[in-house]
Amino acid sequence: MKPPPFGYRAPREVGQALADIAAVGEDGKVLAGGQSLIPLLNMRLAAPGTVVDINRVAGLDTLTAGPDGVRVGALTRQARVERSEEAAAVQPLLRQALRLVAHPAIRNRGTVVGSLVHADPAAELPAVLAVLDGSVRLASVADGERDVPAREFFTGPLEVAAGPDDLAVSAFFPALPPRTGTAFHEVSRRHGDFALAGVAAVVTMRADLGLEEARVACAGVGPVPIVVDVTAEAGAGDRAAAAHTVRERIEPEDDVHAGAAYRRHLIGVLTERALAEASRRAADA
Amino acid sequence: MTAKLFGEPVGRREDPRLLTGRGRYLDDLGSGALAAAFVRSPHAHARIRDIDVSGALDIEGLVAVYTFEDLPPRVAEPLPLLIPHPALAHGRTARPLAKGVVRHVGEPVAMVVAHDRYLAEDACALIRVDYEPREPVVDVEKAAEGGPAVHADVPGNVAAHLVQEVPSAAGVPARQMIESAPYTLAFRLDIERSAPMPLEGRGVLARWDLDDRSLRVYSSTQTSTGVRMAIAARLGLPLPSVEVIAPDVGGGFGVKLVHPWPEEVLVPWAAMVLGREVKWAEDRREHFVASSHERGQAQFVRVGFDGEGRVLGLDVTLLHDHGAYTPYGIIVPIVTSTQLLGPYRIGAYRVEFSSVYTNTVQVTPYRGAGRPQGVFCMERTMDRIAAYLDLDRTAVRAANLIQPGEFPYDQRMTFQDGRPLIYDSGDYPESLRMIKELIGWDSFAEFRAAAAADGRRVGIGIGCYVEGTGVGPYEGGHVQVTSDGRVHVSTGLTSQGQGHETVFAQIAAGELGVPLDRVSVVTGDTRRLGYATGTFASRAAVVSGSAIALACRKVREKALRIAAEALEADPADLVVEDGVIRVAGSPGAAIELATVATLANPLRYAFDAEAARATQFAAPGDPDRPPIAEGEEPGLEGRAYYSPLRSTFASGMHAAIVETDPDTAEIKILRYAVVHDCGRLINPMIVEGQIHGGVAQGVGGALYERMAYDSHGQLRNASFMDFLMPYATEIPHIETAHLETPSPLNPLGVKGAGEAGVIPVAAVIAGAVEDAEGIVIDRMPLSPSDLFRLREEAARRR
Ligand SMILES: Cc1cc2nc3c(=O)[nH]c(=O)nc-3n(C[C@H](O)[C@H](O)[C@H](O)COP(=O)(O)OP(=O)(O)OC[C@H]3O[C@@H](n4cnc5c(N)ncnc54)[C@H](O)[C@@H]3O)c2cc1C
Repeated sequence: MKPPPFGYRAPREVGQALADIAAVGEDGKVLAGGQSLIPLLNMRLAAPGTVVDINRVAGLDTLTAGPDGVRVGALTRQARVERSEEAAAVQPLLRQALRLVAHPAIRNRGTVVGSLVHADPAAELPAVLAVLDGSVRLASVADGERDVPAREFFTGPLEVAAGPDDLAVSAFFPALPPRTGTAFHEVSRRHGDFALAGVAAVVTMRADLGLEEARVACAGVGPVPIVVDVTAEAGAGDRAAAAHTVRERIEPEDDVHAGAAYRRHLIGVLTERALAEASRRAADA
Repeated sequence: MTAKLFGEPVGRREDPRLLTGRGRYLDDLGSGALAAAFVRSPHAHARIRDIDVSGALDIEGLVAVYTFEDLPPRVAEPLPLLIPHPALAHGRTARPLAKGVVRHVGEPVAMVVAHDRYLAEDACALIRVDYEPREPVVDVEKAAEGGPAVHADVPGNVAAHLVQEVPSAAGVPARQMIESAPYTLAFRLDIERSAPMPLEGRGVLARWDLDDRSLRVYSSTQTSTGVRMAIAARLGLPLPSVEVIAPDVGGGFGVKLVHPWPEEVLVPWAAMVLGREVKWAEDRREHFVASSHERGQAQFVRVGFDGEGRVLGLDVTLLHDHGAYTPYGIIVPIVTSTQLLGPYRIGAYRVEFSSVYTNTVQVTPYRGAGRPQGVFCMERTMDRIAAYLDLDRTAVRAANLIQPGEFPYDQRMTFQDGRPLIYDSGDYPESLRMIKELIGWDSFAEFRAAAAADGRRVGIGIGCYVEGTGVGPYEGGHVQVTSDGRVHVSTGLTSQGQGHETVFAQIAAGELGVPLDRVSVVTGDTRRLGYATGTFASRAAVVSGSAIALACRKVREKALRIAAEALEADPADLVVEDGVIRVAGSPGAAIELATVATLANPLRYAFDAEAARATQFAAPGDPDRPPIAEGEEPGLEGRAYYSPLRSTFASGMHAAIVETDPDTAEIKILRYAVVHDCGRLINPMIVEGQIHGGVAQGVGGALYERMAYDSHGQLRNASFMDFLMPYATEIPHIETAHLETPSPLNPLGVKGAGEAGVIPVAAVIAGAVEDAEGIVIDRMPLSPSDLFRLREEAARRR
């Protein structure tokens, strides 16, 4: 479990990073927290010619929480976002989800943006970005900076709409609208494992406390996070119907940890639980 | 005597070193050594047509590549079958490097030696092996039903077949007893594969001294003496020219008892051929596919019983999945067959097993070594009987327990050491009383009702076991008191974190009357003690502990003799306390043990002031006697061996309360209780630590760990991401109570404690989940996904 030889670049500023990434192209890999990439290298499942280590790039470790939402820079570690009161106040779903990501030691190194770019189908953060309809900001020498919305960003398991020349410089999680509650529920085999199935829910109430909008995103039961609008069912007060709708939309598979039928069942249970909790929070908001 | 040490919860003396990074594990040694890596088969079954190493030759830093063809005959031949048995008609072992055929994914095909491990792995990746895949057989039943032959010369894949019959007291065989019993049940049980997963993998470092023509080998092993003899034999070296040292070992759990591993032969051989230090440290992926697994069994049970649940006849047929090879013989199914009986007196017993080859990693003992399967079988049987008769599960057990007055109790079988299965001591009814009290068995109905009122589902389970521990043939202890008053204890068996440095020091300090901090302990170093067996079968405290105590007694006797002369007193009047020998009742008359050590070694030369006391003019002695009396040896030291007559039988009972989530089918252990009897406790804290670790491992086997082979023989979860060892977060607080029924067989009255914790856990959890769910649980491990499926099936049946 030692990686094959690879070239190594450690740029100090964004412009140089983009130039390095462009120079190595398809043959390169960006190294952020390394919590997914290093195991892949050691197991020789990935063998990039060059690793571009962005850990020394100035200005990427940003975390800004404003009225619009939370913007997380490419080098901002998961643990920092998890602990940020400002971020939690603007968008509580981030902290709710981050607590379920791996273990503290991994969150100390792993980045939020790295998790989004890595796009593990069972990861929590892609589901969060998807249910909030956030975006990822990409930059490259050729195309400059542009924002890609979540629904276009996740294209398949471990696949995103970023080219080999792109650096993801930040991600944006929109702020919680008024009278809105969120929740993240999942079942994992052991504490900190990737979820067998997970559901992020966002529920917005009207001023009269009727339901305005309810959306969920599911993790671990499809190639990408699956976002389902359940406003109609939840609005009618029928969470079981909402769960049914969601169960019909997902594409779970068997693996060594759980069967597809169990995952489908779980998504129903988790949808009901997440909607219930998000609704309660929305009502309290 | 010095402050009482035997029986005290003395803190582990090895911990400061191990916890602050000062341990010396295999890979900490030999920083300048060349590194070895292996090309391993990606196929479960294939013929090797050709190996082309040419691609690797350009790697800068490559030192050597070896395939089977390159090995001298002695090195190339199949590894030893360590424990032959008459029933093992078709025992087969692997060669260090495959010759022509590979029989499981991970089997070594070529060895690469390079300047470092990175380069060695690069070279491995460039070696092209042309395989002709053959149909593998993975499922044990398919293998037994005449699936593809794992070994061409073993048709039917059956390595061993053994039937053992213990008729009733009146001589009626089990099957007949079952036929005539008032009630009978028949069912099938399954246990899946798991594996020992020490945090440190295997590893070996070899240093050939060209001038001295001697070999020093460090191995992360559970038996350095075994490795030494095996290497000397393989490499044709005189035994005195080979020394093997087990450094700090980061866990073993059985896998490091197997020897010699291919790497333990090849790395020393390469070191000799190359004249360079060579090291191999196993990585986790290798450990999954190239070491050992255990536990996989299918069990077919028939039982006959009376209205009180007394077992009149029990007939068990085991299909034991042995993987591709049988280097450790059939110890595991023998242990299952014999230890299945547990604390019970069974009317008549018949057990039959077939050890079956499959194209998977070989099976050798893993902590518990066949007992978890046997206990699963027996305890599930007890629960079924209780359910059938609508009796309390503990009442059925009570009806079958061996009574305290019945010891020594002869189960009339042959145990894994070839000796009769005779239980030496125990008090099983008391154990049952204690566990019921500890877990609150009799008040559980109220707890369940309260939980149900909150919409929660809970269940309770119990499991009982007896464990033969401390098997022979022997261990030795060597104790030396030096003239600085320090006590150096060594024993040949090895340590993998059990706390030997602490408990052996407790024994020695107590026996000799010296402060604990003057005692140091060395294990597993053949330079210090060449005769040993190894650390397995919960035997270290029993066998080495006894040997060390006996060695200390010799030393003490000699010390008292010398002191008596010096103090002109009767040895019978002397006491040793705090390293000082005194004449009882006369406070002035005393001599330090250190001084006795000096006097015990008459010297010609004074190399320091202390030594001067022992020189010829300082201590002239009796002119009519030689300085060393006939039959005596210089120095204050003693060596003793302890060879047990038979195993000593520890026992215990566990109980647990679990909660199952009605919606998600998640299983949570709310409480876990253990009553444990390992005879006299040397250090209750260390025993509890062993129990905690064992229970944790048992929880792994019950709820998390499985080897997910697909039908092609590929292990789909060969990493810690997917092979789910429980974290601390998955392990409940463990409540323990001790019962001490001393063993009459050894000088300390102790029994083994190393494996105990793991043994009944799967049975306990199965019983508790069954109780919570009202669904029969007949296989382990059990995941939420499995429980969900069982619920669905049960709902369809309703
Ligand atoms: C034991 C363990 C358990 C885990 N459990 C979970 C879990 O429960 N849930 C979960 O979501 N995750 C889990 N993870 C994964 C963890 O969250 C990773 O940290 C995360 O997925 C990747 O972030 P990273 O910064 O470490 O990225 P890296 O490992 O450095 O990179 C991952 C990938 O993203 C690319 N990349 C990273 N940053 C950028 C960028 N700025 N621009 C372009 N490409 C980039 C890399 O090239 C690489 O392909 C676990 C990891 C481990 C080791």
